[in-house]
Parts: sequence; structure tokens; C-alpha cells
Amino acid sequence: MGAKKGGKQEDAVEDMPHVPLKAILLADSFNTNFRPITLERPKVLLPLVNTPMIDYTLAWLESAEVDEVFIFCCSHSKQIIDYLDKSKWVNQPNFSVTTIESYNCIGAGDALRLIYERNVINGDFILISGDTVSNMVLKQALDEHKERRQKDKNAVMTMVIKQSKPSQITRQTRLGTVELFMAIDPATKQLLYYKAKSDNQGNLTLDKAFLAENPSISLHNDKQDCYIDICSEEVLSLFTDNFDYQHLRHFVKGLLGDDVMGYKIFTHEIHSDYAARIDNFRSYGSISKDIIQRWTYPFVPDVQFSMSNSANLERHGIYMASEISLSYSSKIGRFTYIGKGSSIGGGTVISNSVIGEGCKIGSNVLIDGCYIWNNVTIENGCELKHAILCDGVVMKSESVLEPGVVLSFNVVVGQGFEVPAYSKVSLLPQPVKQDSDEELEYADNNSGIIPVTNTLENGNSSSELEPSDVGIGGRGFIWSISEVGHEEWRHSVAPIPESKLIELTQTVFDNLEINIQDDNVFPIADEQESGNESDDENRDEDQIFEKEIEATFLRGVQENVKEDHIILEVNSLRLSYNMALENCASALFYSMLKLALDTPHNSPANLVDNTNDVISRWGKLLKPYIQSIDDEIEVILKFEEMCLENGSEFAPVFVLILHLLYDKDIIQEEAIHKWADEKEGADESDKVFVKQSEVFIQWLNEASEEED
Amino acid sequence: MDFQVVVLAGGTSKKLAPLVSKDVPKSLLPVANRPVLSYVLDLLEQTNIKDLIVVVEGEDTDGLVENWISEAYVDRLHVQVAAVGEEVGTAGALRAIAHHLTASDILVVSGDLVCDISPGAVAAAHRRHDAVVTALFCAAPISGPPESGSSSGKDKTKKPVRHNIVGLDLTQQFLLYIAAGNEVEKDIKVQKSILRAVGKMEIHADLMDAHLYAFKRSVLQQVLNQKQSFRSLKQDVLPYLVKTQLRSEILLNGAHAEENGNEKDGYNTDKVMLSQLLANASTPSFHEVYALGPNGFPPAERKTHKCCVYIARKTKYCARLRSIQAYSDINRDVIGDASHLSGCSFSVHNNVIHPSAVLGSKTTVGPQCMLGEGSQMGDKCSVKRSVIGRHCRIGSNVKVVNSVIMNHVTIGDGCSIQGSIISSNVQLQERAVLKDCQIGAGFVVTAGSEYKGESLARK
Repeated sequence: MGAKKGGKQEDAVEDMPHVPLKAILLADSFNTNFRPITLERPKVLLPLVNTPMIDYTLAWLESAEVDEVFIFCCSHSKQIIDYLDKSKWVNQPNFSVTTIESYNCIGAGDALRLIYERNVINGDFILISGDTVSNMVLKQALDEHKERRQKDKNAVMTMVIKQSKPSQITRQTRLGTVELFMAIDPATKQLLYYKAKSDNQGNLTLDKAFLAENPSISLHNDKQDCYIDICSEEVLSLFTDNFDYQHLRHFVKGLLGDDVMGYKIFTHEIHSDYAARIDNFRSYGSISKDIIQRWTYPFVPDVQFSMSNSANLERHGIYMASEISLSYSSKIGRFTYIGKGSSIGGGTVISNSVIGEGCKIGSNVLIDGCYIWNNVTIENGCELKHAILCDGVVMKSESVLEPGVVLSFNVVVGQGFEVPAYSKVSLLPQPVKQDSDEELEYADNNSGIIPVTNTLENGNSSSELEPSDVGIGGRGFIWSISEVGHEEWRHSVAPIPESKLIELTQTVFDNLEINIQDDNVFPIADEQESGNESDDENRDEDQIFEKEIEATFLRGVQENVKEDHIILEVNSLRLSYNMALENCASALFYSMLKLALDTPHNSPANLVDNTNDVISRWGKLLKPYIQSIDDEIEVILKFEEMCLENGSEFAPVFVLILHLLYDKDIIQEEAIHKWADEKEGADESDKVFVKQSEVFIQWLNEASEEED
Repeated sequence: MDFQVVVLAGGTSKKLAPLVSKDVPKSLLPVANRPVLSYVLDLLEQTNIKDLIVVVEGEDTDGLVENWISEAYVDRLHVQVAAVGEEVGTAGALRAIAHHLTASDILVVSGDLVCDISPGAVAAAHRRHDAVVTALFCAAPISGPPESGSSSGKDKTKKPVRHNIVGLDLTQQFLLYIAAGNEVEKDIKVQKSILRAVGKMEIHADLMDAHLYAFKRSVLQQVLNQKQSFRSLKQDVLPYLVKTQLRSEILLNGAHAEENGNEKDGYNTDKVMLSQLLANASTPSFHEVYALGPNGFPPAERKTHKCCVYIARKTKYCARLRSIQAYSDINRDVIGDASHLSGCSFSVHNNVIHPSAVLGSKTTVGPQCMLGEGSQMGDKCSVKRSVIGRHCRIGSNVKVVNSVIMNHVTIGDGCSIQGSIISSNVQLQERAVLKDCQIGAGFVVTAGSEYKGESLARK
């Protein structure tokens, strides 16, 4: 590798030293969208029109003049490394491929942190996942990125986006991803807002500050994130600094939400180029169709860009590889790919489908919109619509696949069995319970071996006996649809049924109505309401804070904790609730009096004694929080408030306790005077306690005069 | 043209104190020596609109306005002056004159608008899309030449807050979102449903609402009747129409216009399919696409209405007299950069001096100045970038810079006036020095006094 780099540098020496362009390819999607297939094979090795996905990505990176690719493997890493070792990528001139292996990463964030530790990236790099298909010309985006970087060190990332309007009804794109809302500065293309989460909020909330800086911004609902990012090296260190960034787009949100560091993300929109990422079964289907319809040229089946066998393009978008045996009476419809060595029987009709290598398809089979991988056997009279069939699947005669079915490796469908729509069938039983929503494909890393957890699912399936969810003579478990449920149609390869669309149209419309009704048309009234809410929140916060302080204090009293420790705890509470010192003082004081009150007593005098005890024992706690006269006044006010509460037992002894506080040096003379002054102008009802303390205040005055 | 025009001339705006009073309502404030209202009326006359209703706020002032109009526009315009109560707001004013409105579309113009954008263009845009409302927006005015010091600097910092936040579609024809900059607390809330329907929305903070709207009459009256709490066209009616454009609650035939209340049942019975409305629209807008539903799925009845905008070209002049600052800006512009609005022909020295004005010896009147009929100036005076009204008597050695002096003002010898506005019948005794002041009508500034940045009015 070193030698290669050297050679390169010499070539480019006339201008400036050639910095090798590096790319990080994440060969793990860190999600479970492709289960059950990904239990047995990593996603990046799944064939997309008969070529593993990773080959598309690598081929594009090579064509984009990337010099070094670091492939990060996690789940099934051995399979990926084995594959790459045999592939053509390992010994290319000017294109080096290095694998980085990990077993314990649970997200892209971990992966990038690991790569950062390896210290292999210096300078700009391309971040891409191994399931991306693209033919875009990178140079322009790269140049833009570099130019921006020179002007502004904070421009750390350029995201590639492409026009793609989500359906208004399903609110997802044709790739099956949720709709994306973005705000972009039209002049600089800076990304200001990014949200790809489906919720039923009727409004999009933008910070007004955007408009303070830019006279106009554009809001987009018609763009798709291609998941091709040009990053500067800071991105890796940012991931390391913020360990909560797990998903790549958490990072984007994090940066956009953080105005302290001022990092900026820019977008680069591609128009005629192709770029898309396979996120789920629906995008698998859509992108397969795009490839067959040649949007991804030159990465199409009749151009040999990887090791796979090339096919010939015939009329109507039909691709035929070599050694195919086609029955005379079979009909191959438009946009179909038939792989090497497959045979197709008489009377069979195939359209809009991909058929891999070595498949045996009987006669009178109907196949529409299916993705059939290698060595699949389909016996006579089967009917398949919009299904994915992995390697080695056998469909016995007369069996039927309803739309959206996924048959994982080596599943056998029994004779005449009808697999219900959207079923996922695998030889491996469904993992029993998903611990968390972050359950990922790596979790069952030791591929191929059935975890012993649920052999009970089918009474006698612990041995090699056939799990017969799929008919007599069949093999495979039908996975139950996840409980989030009923959304299977969103991500399946099957087109969305019309009934669903009509149903959704109605709900969308109803939602709209609700939103508008919710949305008060009077802006002023709106503001008032929200204002009240926040006030309430504040009050709640105050109360919660007081409760917490009280609990802390009482625990301290019961367990006889050292004052210092209580102070520490109170401090941390203060920070977490973002309260001022005086709030702590008044809350602590309140807790103390409450304690005195709760201690059994039978007369007001007794209560004063109790208070005296508590304050002498714990009064020190107040010291750190009473630092100014204002804090002291706050304490008096709190006390007054307590006394004002109906039937407070403190009311009659207000002066006595005030005196007590004075004696204990918790409250100084000055504070008492100020408090009395403050109350001067108040209502009569408010002055009750000032009047009560008149004598005391007078005494204070006299005392100080005497001192003078 | 089946348009009825309503000019909202306002009353005595508090913002313009001390310049306005019961004797001089806002609409009669002179801009380059003629009432500001005349700019709107002339503009309408040029568009060949002769029938109009001028709505004046407050009973006292309507006589003044009516007199002036009948004097100035006799034989030229057919103007009906209607008085409405004070503080009713723009929506209230329209409610009050509802019985006068008969045409199918109403053009509502603010009486303090000084602009050269043809209302005809707005009306045409309105008709073309069969919109329920069309609003005129123009680029936010750059207030004055940059050398005018501190005031423009202040404007710059305030700008994002002051102007509207406007959401437009890509073609800049449809209004998708509107909020006044100073009303938005912190966040801008954009309806996702509208964004979904259009795909891309541009949000501008550099556009100014010129307060010139074309409304479909039936819709306007229906909204005004149903939402009695609406007070302002700009703050209530327009945002309401914009917000509900994909889920229209309005009857497009106006049959129930008289029906009051906000309960929905009342007009559920009488829904009109949008297609009727759309029948005469030329190109399908996102509204129609939305209403028809994607892929030909017949949706549950969807009613939409269109809110359009007409964006004036940047070269057009447009300003509203809403503040003292705006008043002096407009005066300066009308005799300066936007001199075509003044209706006067400028001399070779790029100024307008009425033939009957008398200038003393060694008195100079610089470019971008205006001197009104019958005014007299003493010797060795200097006037720069200022407007001086009719029948003013100005002594010797007087300096007037960047100021507006209205009619019948007497200025003693040796006064210096800079950046100030002096109302009618003011008397400035000798050697008074004014800088950035506003003087109310009839005030007497004593000899030798000096004021800076003050607002003076007769008690």
C-alpha cells in the first residue's frame, strides 16, 4: 500500500501533493430490516440483480477515484472478509481495500469511534454504507466541500441529497423511508434543519433565528437523503466526543442543534445522477428495478463491473445470461433478469423479476415482481407475486406466494401451500424476545446455528424434523409479524394495496382536520395559552425541586448523614433543576420547619422548642446558600408563606421563630429591616406578620442604637 | 372590471404623533406637498378604477377627507367616503361597510401606501388563479441612502423581526405561510400538510406586505361574519385563509354568507365541489393536484382554496407611511429616487420650485428639494434634500437639511433645521436650532432655543 501511495504522489507532484482520498464503508446496516435473511448472511452480500450490494458500492467508489477504502465489518464479518478476499477488489492498482473488524459495535457511532482510534483517516473522507448504489460524479461535490472547508473550518460535512417526493398518503418515499423535512439556505446550501421522523404533528417547528441570518430559506419535503457523506476528519473526533451519537443521522441532528461549536453541514443536490441506499425490502425492490431500467448505468447487469457474470440486454429490458434453457412456450416479460444456468419450463410467465443463477423453474409457473436468488427450485404450477426467495429455496408444486412474502435460505414450501401475504419464513425460529429496539443484526452473530431458545415453538422440532409452518413436506418457521405491526406493507417489496391507500387517504384527511382545529387561528390566543403552559411548567419544576430537597434533607436526618454530604446532594439538585441559591435556602428552610412541625408537639411553645432543636442541629446547612441579604429575605418570605397557609401552627409563634433565626445568626438584622421595609406598601392582609414583629424590630433598632 | 375598491384611509394614527391631529388625519399628511392619500387615488385612477369607497376611521375626520377628495378629484373619480368607528381594525371596517360591497372581487388598499405597482397586476393575478385572496408583496424597502447615518443602521438590526415571514411555493405565486415577524415568539410553525402538498417551500423574511389585497367578496364576507373576533385583515383574516387553504371551510358560492357562528354543521350540507371553482383555472396548481388525490384515487371530498401573492419587481417603489421614520423616508424618496411618483416635473437642477415661490439673494436650493406654492425665502438660505410646503415664510440665513416643512410655516432668521419634520402653522423664532425633531401643528419654537431628537406639540 505504501509503495502504491508513493507512486501516486510522484505522478501528481507537479501541482500539489496528491492526498489519497479515503472512504469508510460500513458493511453493517445496524438494523434488522432484512431479517430473517440477515441472520444467515450479512446484508451487504445479499444479491441485488445477481450482484452483491457491496460490489455496487465498491465499484462506485473506485470510479469516483477513491484511493483507499476501509471496510468496517461487524456482523458476519468473516463472511464479508472471505468474500472480499476472493473478489477482484483486493488486488487492484490504485485502489486499496482494508477491512476493519469488530464484534461489539452496536451502531455506526461505535464503528466510527473505533476507526478514529485506529487513526487511519487524515483529511477528508467519504462515509458510505455498503448497501448504497450510486453512479454520481463525486468530483464536484468534493471540490465544493474542499472549497468551503478552506473558507470555513467549521464546514465539516457535505450530505448528498436527491429529489424524491414522498407520497402524501403513505408519507414515505418509493424507497420505503419515512418522509424527510429539511431546511436549506438556498444561497449557501447549508443544512439548517433535518427531520426524518414520522409523527402526527401538524406543524413543523423552525427556529426563527434562521431567518435572522438568512433573508430566505427553503423548506423541503421533496428530497431524499442518499446517505453519501463527504466528511472532514473532525467528524470522527466529534463522534468520539459525543458517545450518544449512534446512528449517523443522530450526528446530523446533534450538530444542527448545537450552536456552541458552530459546525456546519452542507448539502449537495444531484440531479441526473443516481444515488440510493437500500434500507428495507421496499427499497430493495425499487432499486432493483432502477438497475434493470438502467438508471444506475454503468452499474447495470450487462456491464461487467464486478465478478459476477454479465448478461446480455435484449429487447424490452430483458437481460439473459449464458447457459439458460428456456422452454419454447415460456413467456419472459419486460424488465426481467435471468441468471446463468437457469432453466424455465413451458407455459411459465415471468415479468418484472430477477432470477438468479442455477434456478430450476417448472412449467405453468406465474412469476411477477419477484426477486429469486440462486439455485432456487420452483415446481410446476406455482404462483409467485412480489416475493423474495433466497438461495436454495424450494417451492413444491402448486404452492402460492401472496405479495410481500420473504423466504429465507433453504426454506421449502409444501405442496399446494399458500403462504400468506407479508410472511417471513426462515429455517431459523424467530428470536424470542427483542430486548430493545436497538436489537440488531449482529445479535445472533454466530450465523447459521439455531439458538436453542425456542425449540418449543413447534412441539417436536428440536430434532432435524421439519418445522412445518409452511405445509406438508415444507420446512421453515413463519415469523410472526412484529407487534408494532400492521405496517408490514410499508417496507415490503409488494406494491401498496389500493384498499390501504384509500384507508390512509381518509386518515390523512381526518388528521388534517384535527390539526386545523387544534391549531388555534388566533395567533394571540395561541401565545397566551402556551405562555400559561410554560408558567405551569415552571411552577411544577419548583414544586418538584422542593420535594426533592425535602426528601434529601429528611433522609439526611434519619440516617444522620454528614452536613457536607447533604450540601453536596443539594448542590447537585440545584444544578440539575437549574435553581438559584435562594431557592435552595428557602427549600431547605421549609424542610426544616416541616420536620419541626412533624415532630410531635402539644403546644406552640413546644413547637418553638422543636424548631430550636432542628435549627441548632441542621442550621449549618443553610450557610452555603445564604450569601446575601436577598437570600435571607427569601427565607423570611418563605417562612411567612408557610405561616400564611391555612391553620398553620407557626402563625402564632412567628416572632419567636424569627428571633430564634436571628439568634442563630441565620438571619441578620439588616434582612429583617429590609423585609419590613418591603412590606411597607403591601396590603393590610400581607402585613400581619410585620405587625406581629413590630416589637421585635423595635427592639432590634434599640439594640443597635445602644451599640452605637 | 368587476372589482370594487376599498381604500382604508385610517384615522389619526398614534404612531405618527405629533404630526397628525384631528385637523390633519393621517391620510391627509402631505408627502411632497400633497396628501398621502392622493398617491393611492392617483394610482387607482391610472389603472382606470374610478369607483371607490374610502373608509375613514373616526367620525370627526371623515368630513375633512371627503371635502378634500371632492375638491381634488371632482370629475375624476367617483368616491364614496364612509366613516367607521375608531379601533375597529381593518376587518371591522370592512364589516361595517359590508352593505356597500356588491362586486364579485374586492380590492382593499391601505390609504397610506405610496407605490408605483399597478393594482391591475394584482387583480389580474387574482383572477388568473381564481384565488380567494391575493396579496401584494414587495422587497423590503431599503430605508434611504446609506449615508443617512444611525437610523439605517438601526433598521438593519431590526429587520428580521419587523418584516413578515412569508412562505411561498417555487413559482412564487402561492402563499403558503404567513406570520408577522414581531408576532413569532421563537419558532416558525409550518403546517406539514401544506409542505407535503407542495414539496418545497421558500420562506422569506425580506418581503413586505404592501397591504393591498384582492379578496373574493363572498369569501371575505363569510369569514368576517363567521369569525366575529377577527379584527385585522393582515393578522387574522389572511393567516386564517392561508392556514385553511387545503381544508377549506368556506363556501365558495356564499349562499350561507349571512349565517353566523363557527359550528360546522351549518354548512356541511351545502358543500361545493372544488372542480367548479377550478373549471376556469389555467394550469393545475398543487391545490388541484391535492384536491384530486394522487393516482386518481377519488378522495373524500376535499375542498381547497387558493391564496396567491403578487411579488412586485425589485425596481418598483413601495412604502407605507406607518411611522415618523417612514414619513421622512418617503418624502425623501418621492423627491429623490422615486421622483416619478411625485407627479411634478423636475428642473435641470433636479428640484421643484414652484414659479410663485420667491427666493432671496444668495439663497440656494439644492437638488432633490421641493419648494411649494407662494413660499418665500430670505437671503443666504440653503436648502438641501428637503420639502418645503406652501406659503411658508422663511427668513434669512436659514439652513434646511433633510427635513420636511409643511404649509404656512414661519421660520425666523438664522434658524437651522436638520432631519426634522415641521407641521403646518408652526412658528420658529430667530436662531432656533432643531435636529431630528418633530414639531406638531401650530407650535411656537422660541427664539434661540435648541432641540435635539425631540417631539414637540402644542398642549
